[in-house]
Amino acid sequence: MDSPAIAAPAADSPAAAGTLWRQLGGTLRRHPTAIAGGVVLLLMVLVAIFAPWLGTTDPLSVAPVRRLRPPSAQHWFGTDMLGRDVYSRVMYGARVSVTVGLAVALVGTVTGLAIGLVTGFVRWLDAIVMRVMDGLMSIPSVLLAIALISLTKASLGNVIFAIAIAEVPRVVRLVRSLVLTLREQPYVEAAIASGTRLPRILVRHILPNTMAPVLVQATYICASAMITEAILSFIGAGTPPDIPSWGNIMAESRSLIQIAGTLLLFPGIFLSLTVLSVNLLGDGMRDALDPRLARRL
Amino acid sequence: MLRYALRRLAATIPVMGVVALFVFSLLYLSPGDPAAVIAGDIATEEDIARIRASLGLDQPYFVRFGTWLWALLQGDLGTSIFTGLPVSTLIGQRVEPTLALTLCTLIVAIALAVPLGVLAAARAGGWIDRGVMAVAVLGFSVPVFVLAYALVLLFAVQLEWLPVQGYSSITKGFGPFISHMILPSVALGITYMALIARITRASMLDVLAQDYVRTAHAKGLAPGAVLTGHALKNAAIPIVTIIGIGIALLIGGVVVTETVFAIPGIGRLTVDAILRRDYPIIQGVTLLFSAIYVLVNLLVDLSYSLFDPRIRY
Repeated sequence: MDSPAIAAPAADSPAAAGTLWRQLGGTLRRHPTAIAGGVVLLLMVLVAIFAPWLGTTDPLSVAPVRRLRPPSAQHWFGTDMLGRDVYSRVMYGARVSVTVGLAVALVGTVTGLAIGLVTGFVRWLDAIVMRVMDGLMSIPSVLLAIALISLTKASLGNVIFAIAIAEVPRVVRLVRSLVLTLREQPYVEAAIASGTRLPRILVRHILPNTMAPVLVQATYICASAMITEAILSFIGAGTPPDIPSWGNIMAESRSLIQIAGTLLLFPGIFLSLTVLSVNLLGDGMRDALDPRLARRL
Repeated sequence: MLRYALRRLAATIPVMGVVALFVFSLLYLSPGDPAAVIAGDIATEEDIARIRASLGLDQPYFVRFGTWLWALLQGDLGTSIFTGLPVSTLIGQRVEPTLALTLCTLIVAIALAVPLGVLAAARAGGWIDRGVMAVAVLGFSVPVFVLAYALVLLFAVQLEWLPVQGYSSITKGFGPFISHMILPSVALGITYMALIARITRASMLDVLAQDYVRTAHAKGLAPGAVLTGHALKNAAIPIVTIIGIGIALLIGGVVVTETVFAIPGIGRLTVDAILRRDYPIIQGVTLLFSAIYVLVNLLVDLSYSLFDPRIRY
């Protein structure tokens, strides 16, 4: 993906980062859906941080006397088959989705950036690394994560790690293709000619110019990581049952769909809303940072 | 063409090699000692060592990889720990429901996505366009099992039009087969449809801006004929490409959809295997699905010359 629109203003100046954010801010203002996405995402992050103070009770406290109550003033979303307060569980569940989404986006893009930058520049590594990436990419990401998690104990860290591994090849591909066009730019040639060492060229001249597309990609990775985490938790290969996550809340209520459908509805709505908000934010950012792509999609 | 096909087929070998190495490494690293399991509770250390040697488990990594790969090439995917049956047999028993679900989903998704994408592009900026784009964003955001349960709650629990779950083989009649397939294939197909519709629209917008489309309109060709005859055919390559790439999405979705609807397919086999830590099954399924993904994309590559005769090999 070559994007002259991004490469030009960002060139090699200390203001590169500032330009990126200014460009982003300017266009986002014209995208009400992206703003809405950002607001909802921010709300979810706040819910995740302040879950204990949002009128919740202990999401794990079991009370068989009040099993499967419908929503009421006391239990806003009702109670589940063990009498646990579903509202509390859903609020605490935000922690898992937000953590996994952001952590995978961070770990996945940083790893992908590092590998992509180096392979784009070092010819002999390129062939080997890209074959490995092609191989990893041909394993459907849910299966890849399942296979990795089945080896270890289910824990939040392992879930993040497994999903991130599935996402890395996509970032590597993107970064590598950017680097391949960037390295032909005159200012990179000039840097090489003036004897700048490779690590410095990568960090000072190449890295800043990959930021815009990578940032957009990171947003989409965040959304897809949230979905993958929910899928893994739902089929019993993700977040352990003692940490409520939207996926495992739905898994536990699976058999009750005919008598207590709301148990499945609330976590499902929260999950979809959060992923939607991240996607809207991503679309807005893509439009802001890559006008050429925006026209097409 | 044949030479090109063979060359492309050869190019998939390193990719599948990486997949095989990855899957084997998982098997190699998987906890638990198969020799100890086979030997039983009263076996001595020597018994276990003897069994380990007879299974070749005491060999170094690459020797074991070679043995495993050789067996794999002869169709041996290993033996399930839990049932003691060959993995290939277990997968074989589950192929039909998964194949049925995947084909129904493909039909539903492509039959809806392509016309919607074409319409959206033809009326760019209009309400159909906005609607299609909104559905596309939603389709990316609602996880397959959330949509599945929403559909079940509405159409199966509330309205009682369709069964809540289960599978009925097509050999037992077409009516029950379809009624069991509608909800799973719609739930599974939405994300895929969103993806295809979005690319169809984008690709059509590119083609519709071309001169020959204006010429076709100018010579008085019916708008429908211009869209399908001239534009869609030339917009086809990105569409078939995304159909191929999207298969990965579909495969992940199959695992979940079969769980939601209690369909006894390969996905359900995988989920049961996770709960029982039956590693050979997980690895066999991973290998199989990856191979299918690679092959489908190879076919997509080869199909390009059908859509664009200028592409010769």
